[in-house]
Amino acid sequence: MFLQQIASGLALGCVYALIALGFVLIYKATEVVNFAQGEFMMLGAFVALSLMTGAKLPFFLTIFLAVMIMGVFGMVLERMVMRRLVGEPIFALVMFTIGLSIFLRSIAGMVWSTDTFKFPTVFGKSFTQIGSVTISSMDILVVSITAALVIILYLFFKFTDIGIAMEATSQNQFASFLMGISVERVFNLIWAISAMVAAVAGILLAPILFIHKDMGFIGLKAFPAAVLGGFGSIPGAIVGGLIIGLSENLAGVFLPAWVKDVFAYIILIAVLMVRPEGIFGIQEKKRV
Amino acid sequence: MRFKLKKSYVEDLRLFEYRSSLMWYLALLAFLAVFPFFAGTYWVYNFMLAGIYSIVALGLNILTGYTGQISLGHAAFYAIGAYTTGFLTTKLGCTFWLALPLAGMAAALIGLIVGIPALRLTGIYLAIATMGFAFIIDQVILEWKYVTNGTNGLIVDRPTLGPISFNSDQAYYYVILLFVVLFVWITKNFERSPTGRAFIAVRDSEVAAQTMGISLAKVKTTAFAISAFYTGFAGGLFAPLINFIGPDNFSIMESINFIVIIIVGGIGSVHGSIFGAIFMTFLSEIIRLGKDVLPEAMQRMVGFQGAVYGLILMAFILFEPLGLYGRWLKIRFLFEVFPLYRRDTFRKKRKFYRSERSR
Amino acid sequence: MAYFKITDLTKRFGGVLALEGVDMEVEKGQVYAIIGPNGAGKTTLFNCVSRVYSPDEGAILFKDKDLLKLRPHQIARQGIARTFQNIELFTNATVLDNIFLGRYMYKKSSVLSEAFFTPWVKDQELKARRKVEEIIDFLDLQAYRDERISSLSFGIQKIVELGRALALDPELLLLDEPSSGLNPEESQDLCFWIEDIKEDLGITIMLVEHDMRFVMQVSDAITALDFGRVIAQGHPREVQGDPEVIKAYLGEENGATP
Ligand SMILES: Nc1ncnc2c1ncn2[C@@H]1O[C@H](COP(=O)(O)OP(=O)(O)OP(=O)(O)O)[C@@H](O)[C@H]1O
Ligand SMILES: [Mg+2]
Repeated sequence: MFLQQIASGLALGCVYALIALGFVLIYKATEVVNFAQGEFMMLGAFVALSLMTGAKLPFFLTIFLAVMIMGVFGMVLERMVMRRLVGEPIFALVMFTIGLSIFLRSIAGMVWSTDTFKFPTVFGKSFTQIGSVTISSMDILVVSITAALVIILYLFFKFTDIGIAMEATSQNQFASFLMGISVERVFNLIWAISAMVAAVAGILLAPILFIHKDMGFIGLKAFPAAVLGGFGSIPGAIVGGLIIGLSENLAGVFLPAWVKDVFAYIILIAVLMVRPEGIFGIQEKKRV
Repeated sequence: MRFKLKKSYVEDLRLFEYRSSLMWYLALLAFLAVFPFFAGTYWVYNFMLAGIYSIVALGLNILTGYTGQISLGHAAFYAIGAYTTGFLTTKLGCTFWLALPLAGMAAALIGLIVGIPALRLTGIYLAIATMGFAFIIDQVILEWKYVTNGTNGLIVDRPTLGPISFNSDQAYYYVILLFVVLFVWITKNFERSPTGRAFIAVRDSEVAAQTMGISLAKVKTTAFAISAFYTGFAGGLFAPLINFIGPDNFSIMESINFIVIIIVGGIGSVHGSIFGAIFMTFLSEIIRLGKDVLPEAMQRMVGFQGAVYGLILMAFILFEPLGLYGRWLKIRFLFEVFPLYRRDTFRKKRKFYRSERSR
Repeated sequence: MAYFKITDLTKRFGGVLALEGVDMEVEKGQVYAIIGPNGAGKTTLFNCVSRVYSPDEGAILFKDKDLLKLRPHQIARQGIARTFQNIELFTNATVLDNIFLGRYMYKKSSVLSEAFFTPWVKDQELKARRKVEEIIDFLDLQAYRDERISSLSFGIQKIVELGRALALDPELLLLDEPSSGLNPEESQDLCFWIEDIKEDLGITIMLVEHDMRFVMQVSDAITALDFGRVIAQGHPREVQGDPEVIKAYLGEENGATP
């Protein structure tokens, strides 16, 4: 029972981590805090659902297409809108993406109605026996896909030219610009990658949760994960996501039911009181 | 352009720079005073709501607009105020006129408590922490049934004062009007006092503020407390207005709505707070005005309101970051200097690649 | 007992030794200049005094009071004001409000009395205003009183920042590169103002400056820093002629020194 809670906590934590990763990627490169990340995830799930039930495509093709479509969506959004906001104060950016999230939610409600949908999964409710513990296959899938994705992203940032350009841009935009890196292209790509990661998160979350226009609200729980880890740190997002997912599930076992829902925030506030820059964050002070 | 010869420093401390502007404000006040006599209940009710939002916006502006601290959790202070009045009047039989200031103070106290851990947080960290605080308060409202009745909510009556009953909308309207004027005046007083200047100093440069002998801790917690006081007080006025308060009234969307009000109105200005409150209260009216432009079918779609709301928020940040008040100032400026303005007078400065990560 | 005394001050940033065992004594009424090439640690020294940074070792005593025991905002109350190398004004406020903020620490009014702007508060503000106007007159800023900082030229902003520091009524004034970015005319004005601040207001001044002509004109004593260490100290003429200083500024021909 306890171990099972840990397993499903890990799976939930992975989803949080993926959404948090989306925040962090965008923030690192462009300094935009994307409150609509949860809505990207919701859109990804809905697109996958439509492809599967509407177009009746096979499972893995569906997922591939949905992720690609969201990637294009991210690019278009960056090109058409976000680019105009480069350099605006953080407060304006936060409010802008909040507006975007409200807008996307409403649009999703118009397109896909406000009903709740169930995502058909290839695994059904199968379980795997590991020693004395039974773990749902879905949980294992979620954890392994997350791990794979993180490794791919790591390799991408470490070894490809464009990945290195992105890393450089996130360190110092102006210097990268002067070094001949096309900062705009980097931004464009980062939005695409972020939206793709969100789509994966949405598809992974869909069998755990239901698909609904408001499912993006779970993004608000991924925020504590990103902030906990130190906003802007990729390992921070993963660790933060896992901490939040695990502790939330364990709180469900050991603490009164109502605490579970806000436990992420209780942990967040507790950590920030000790480390105001999060676990892996670095607090930069303005030089005077 | 208008120039004025000033003969004494006292003139700079006046609330109204020109005699004519004083006249305009008096006229506006007179209009608002007779408003309930000719307007229908619908308008009176919405004006009350706009009044309450104005107080919240003034308070939020003190924290966000003047001091530069983001709060995504102001609905919590609003809730604390509303439930304090609700609890004190219905369950303890306390008079509304005492419960109302207590509502403000309860919120201010919590504001202080929140303000202290918030001291070391900036930017997005502060935004998320305050949002978390609001979620926690939400849960407390649901669970602390002795005070809040949980999901059943509280029924709160309109107040009376001796023989006078403020039960009707027309009567309660004057209560709210009185407090809106009071809070506007107080905010203006802060603007011309050392504490108000200290708020701005902390917003613009924390290091420099410290070298002026300003304690960041003191000023930020003061801003939090004052802001919470305004918001709690507004919550206290809100509870009897709608007669019934439940957890749904104070969700995260309400916190966001407060910020939208100050953005749409214009951040960091008293006028902006009020413009924004009125605009957002009558948003559905304004959408209805635009009805002819759009096909009927689209109007009736679920989520249409939400979509427009989101679009308005985005549009203001993209095109009118100074809000309605900023637009008004620009228009007035153009008239004043006509035909001397240049097209680029208000051209937005492009701020390329500036980082706010370090401060 | 020295008026202002720094002993063995050391500050590291990771591997960088920004200050290394710096000793310095300033006497009351002096204009004391700190010179040195870029990155020598001059600004870091000021930042340690105004408690923006905490040094790793050493002591800073002002009138026998240990400044390192104080919090940043308490430095002003000891009678120390400063300006910044890259200007730290309150950009969205007017010149008047900026200088007014220099009077903040003298306020006696409570938040509550300010909320209602009692006659007493009004009186306090009028008194502060008179002080502010004295400074505006002293620095010839009358024309800019109601301008926002963001609409002013760099040179004017520097002068406003000086005014804001003077509004604190300090005993010791730290100026970080006051003449950089000023045109020759403004620079000359500044020379006279520094004389006046020293002679008429009796304020002790420490300044960081690159312009040697300016330094020679105004200073009574100099410390030269290089890579965080004191390389010369004393009378301006001596320091100017010191071979170490010349070497630090011009570099050594054979490039033996780091
Ligand atoms: N906050 C900081 N973090 C890391 N290193 C710093 C920091 N502040 C200063 N330094 C380093 O300390 C050294 C001294 O810097 P400082 O700003 O004091 O030089 P300076 O003498 O004022 O130079 P300049 O004439 O260019 O203003 C430099 O190597 C600088 O890079
Ligand atoms: Mg320097």
